[in-house]
Amino acid sequence: MSQTRKQLLTDPLVDNNPITLQVLGICSALAVTSSLNVAFVMSLAVIAVCGFSSLFISFLRHYIPNSIRIIVQMVIIASLVILVDQIIKAYAYEISKTLSVFVGLIITNCIVMGRAEAFAMKNKPFESFVDGVGNGLGYSLLLMSVGVIRELFGSGSLFGVMIFEPVSNGGWYVPNGLLLLPPSAFFIIGFIIWGVRTWKKSQVEAREYKIQTLEEH
Amino acid sequence: MEGLISLAVKAIFVENLALSFFLGMCTFIAVSKKISTAIGLGISVMIVQSITVPANNIILSYLLKPGALAWAGFPNIDLTFLGLISYIGVIAALVQILEMILDKYFPPLYNALGIFLPLITVNCAILGGSLFMVERDYNFSEATTYGIASGFGWALAIATMAGVREKLKYSDIPDGLQGLGITFITAGLMAMAFMCFSGVKL
Repeated sequence: MSQTRKQLLTDPLVDNNPITLQVLGICSALAVTSSLNVAFVMSLAVIAVCGFSSLFISFLRHYIPNSIRIIVQMVIIASLVILVDQIIKAYAYEISKTLSVFVGLIITNCIVMGRAEAFAMKNKPFESFVDGVGNGLGYSLLLMSVGVIRELFGSGSLFGVMIFEPVSNGGWYVPNGLLLLPPSAFFIIGFIIWGVRTWKKSQVEAREYKIQTLEEH
Repeated sequence: MEGLISLAVKAIFVENLALSFFLGMCTFIAVSKKISTAIGLGISVMIVQSITVPANNIILSYLLKPGALAWAGFPNIDLTFLGLISYIGVIAALVQILEMILDKYFPPLYNALGIFLPLITVNCAILGGSLFMVERDYNFSEATTYGIASGFGWALAIATMAGVREKLKYSDIPDGLQGLGITFITAGLMAMAFMCFSGVKL
């Protein structure tokens, strides 16, 4: 049993990553990664919401009528997000300003809904909690790696601490401004997906059209 | 009026929900394989967006804002913390109502949009539109304009994306980049193209 629980936690990290394989929850992954502080707070928020919503939905799974389950799940998730939003506003007000609407958007983050629907409705509370946290971690892993690339090369710092001294401060590093702009996030995630799929061949998608080579004629 | 037009242009091009705020990305990537379905989804998003943003604006100004309940005799109540749950409630309810109305009175439209409507409840672009409306403190007419324009911008983005992807499937892409990977990179290039609009001032 402990083996499967460990798998629940570690599987979503690379083998079944919610972003690179399941294509869930991309919206916020792109928008909040221009600085690591923000990405870190966002990751914690998503892990918390994802874990606890799975836990509560799993507790209630025998009492939720099938026809209104989406609305019930929505209400549980929305209440948790309000809680997280209030906590972030109380203890990290500056970061909550940068996150702006994206904390609220955890409600519609497909990872949370997806795990509730696919796992928590059918499994025991503790397993669901572990699964939720695992998927939250998989999301965070990607969020943080994009965040590291964008902040390190975009402004030469990590968590706001200077690593590469930029030219404007008399250092040697010329920051790549493109990395702070929205399009770069698309490229970085695209390349990360490329990397992951080159490493794990089984994740490669099948081609719709095969290009004919000369020998096959 | 001038203010509204510039707001609309800004919402469609400069602050495009899909390409500069990454909202509704999950559906954007998943449903952009064919132009016809992409346009269907785009239109549904536009319709829902132009109803929900003004509706949430009314809810905000008459129920939730500090002092908004003055008409009911409670001038000191601030219910803004209930915002998120009421917006998503309004969106879910409106989508449901819209689905029923379309089913009853416009069956052909219902058949065309039917499968997309439930998807829209969990589309971040819709909730995002309402949240931006709250954050930027729009009044009712601004909220209506913003709703229509941002929905149109999203529809424009997904239709263009589908057009690119339809051509892209004939090209020779490295194995690991096949499908999702190349879609992301295409979206990135499109986002860069849309950034050119940011110089437009009205």
